[in-house]
Amino acid sequence: MTGTFDLGWWGVPLAIVAGAIRVSTPYLLVSLGETLTEKSGRVNLGLEGTLVLGAMSAFATCYLTGSPWLGMLAAGVAGSALGLLHATICNLPRVNDIAVGIALFIFGIGLAFFLGKPFIEPRAAMLPGLPLGNWSDNPAIRSAFEISPMFFVGIALAIILEWGFTNTRWGLILRIAGESADAARAIGLSVHRVRTLATMAGGFLSGLGGGFLSLYYPGNWNEGLSSGQGLMAIALVIFARWRPLRCFYASLLFGGATAIGPAVQTVGISEGYYLFYAAPYLLTLGLLIYSSSRTRTLAGAPSELSISR
Amino acid sequence: MPATAQGPASRDAQPWPRRERGFSTDTLESLLLSLIAMAAAGLLFGVFLAAQGHDALAVYRTLYLGAFGTRFSIESTLTQAAPLLLTALCTLIPARVGLLVIGGEGAVVLGGLGAALAGVALGGASEVVGTVLTIAAGALAGGLWIGAAGALKHFRGVNETISTLLLNYIAIALLNHLVSGPIRDFSQTLKAQSWSIPKGFMIGNIPGLSVHWGLLIGLVVCAALHLLVRHTTFGFAMDILGGNRRAAQMTGLPIGRLILIPCFLGGAAAGLAGAIEIVAVHGAASESLVVGLGYAGILVAFLARQNALAVVLVALVLGGISASGGLLQRRFDIPHAATTVLQGLIFLCVLASGTFRGRLLPRRWAA
Repeated sequence: MTGTFDLGWWGVPLAIVAGAIRVSTPYLLVSLGETLTEKSGRVNLGLEGTLVLGAMSAFATCYLTGSPWLGMLAAGVAGSALGLLHATICNLPRVNDIAVGIALFIFGIGLAFFLGKPFIEPRAAMLPGLPLGNWSDNPAIRSAFEISPMFFVGIALAIILEWGFTNTRWGLILRIAGESADAARAIGLSVHRVRTLATMAGGFLSGLGGGFLSLYYPGNWNEGLSSGQGLMAIALVIFARWRPLRCFYASLLFGGATAIGPAVQTVGISEGYYLFYAAPYLLTLGLLIYSSSRTRTLAGAPSELSISR
Repeated sequence: MPATAQGPASRDAQPWPRRERGFSTDTLESLLLSLIAMAAAGLLFGVFLAAQGHDALAVYRTLYLGAFGTRFSIESTLTQAAPLLLTALCTLIPARVGLLVIGGEGAVVLGGLGAALAGVALGGASEVVGTVLTIAAGALAGGLWIGAAGALKHFRGVNETISTLLLNYIAIALLNHLVSGPIRDFSQTLKAQSWSIPKGFMIGNIPGLSVHWGLLIGLVVCAALHLLVRHTTFGFAMDILGGNRRAAQMTGLPIGRLILIPCFLGGAAAGLAGAIEIVAVHGAASESLVVGLGYAGILVAFLARQNALAVVLVALVLGGISASGGLLQRRFDIPHAATTVLQGLIFLCVLASGTFRGRLLPRRWAA
């Protein structure tokens, strides 16, 4: 990590902040996507597959066309396609959405590794970052504050979704489908259509999260690119109790926890490095244990959700 | 008190279908559905290959050769299938009481860790005792790991799918932490691994085969658990709970025990798989335990439609697909991931086929 250049111990908090921002962006995008899907009453557990396929599509498209933004679009489209597949199968009667998610997880990863095989070696153009550290002469600070526009896209989305869920017609429709399918049907809504669209939109955002991985940070395509961000996003949504703005805070927290390991390593501390990776999972499990109850569903969870029943 | 609030809101989208005893219409239908689903997946995969410019028929011939064509390929298929027999049970047994556990991966890791630590600690013991205790320690570790998820479910209402998913990652982080420092064998510079268990504790191959004894252990455990769920009062009670929680409560069944024991048994099976990886293959705990055995086990469990004997058949098919990946890569230059694509397609088709359950065969067939 270049963040510690010439800064000594001060490099550690800087590296954590910079790392948190960088690492949290895919978490943010994927968890917002999952929130959107879960608000409609379905769980898509296959977002890890969506993320990896998105990363591959973005990288391949960018490599072939030279445009990283086209790559991001391809990532989103690939994600929506997997979302559509998930929704189509789940729309069949008596099919369990969690199981379909696990299947898509395997399928998406297989497809990405299969189709992405030729793209492991080459380099592609990267997404540009916004140079927000230009006020400083210190190169470490400059590099730490070069922030991807996708981070701000994520923040904007979090705010829009938080507002939209409660203040727009679409948000209301989404929540009705998620809270009571019967009520939704009673007022003439097609629950299947709402959930299909929500799963596709969620897939789009998860695909973007994957595109960020391959086109910005770490910025390449290989089979070890994702370290389970797609699965962690599922935990993150629970941690954020299905609130988009809390997804943003939780992403920063999870990103920060993941960034602590490499950051303290730069100053020679390598003990317990891997335990920091477990921190977000332990936090989520702790929160689940704390907030679950034998007699009622999780606070904040859409009542149609199979994991909250 | 119910462990979950299963009010009138609960619908028919259960992960696991109900069943009857004996070779009934349901069994026949399950078999047919699985076969149709696999044929559909095969067809889709063929179209996928053809779209990539491959000769699908030639690929399938090679797939068969790589899986079952020669003595060597059969042995490698059996080796691949052995751990799946056990990891599938981790999803299958709790599913009988209506729980969807996906923590096989973590239980394998814990089982491997437990076995490695026990093996090292038992250094001076005689070979037979040492081997047995090493393997038992692995099973115990895995059982407690998933049993803990069952306890969280029963006492706190924590969703078991999410908790076991989280526990997978916690287990892997724990493994990485331990083998990179506290229990690392620093004389092994090539990769981070724990101290090795004594050579005498390793189990060899079944005589006349180049397949280790783990295969036999897996078969015996599958048969034993099949007997438990199909032919004992406890298994019947599990079915009642899985079928209708309220009925189970009204009958006064011990719900807690009926949740904790299946979770423990499932976890113990996956832990056993991890322990066998240690005593039969690796000799020490390392990242090599994390190769997706647990996730593949979920697929096997779903394909077998909660029948512990069907697990054997399904594990062979999936083991065969994995075993032939290398040959496909050499012969057709198809990426190894092709086998993952095929597995994913099979999984998707099997799940989709579940929607035709009860509608495929006329009910009057039931004797």
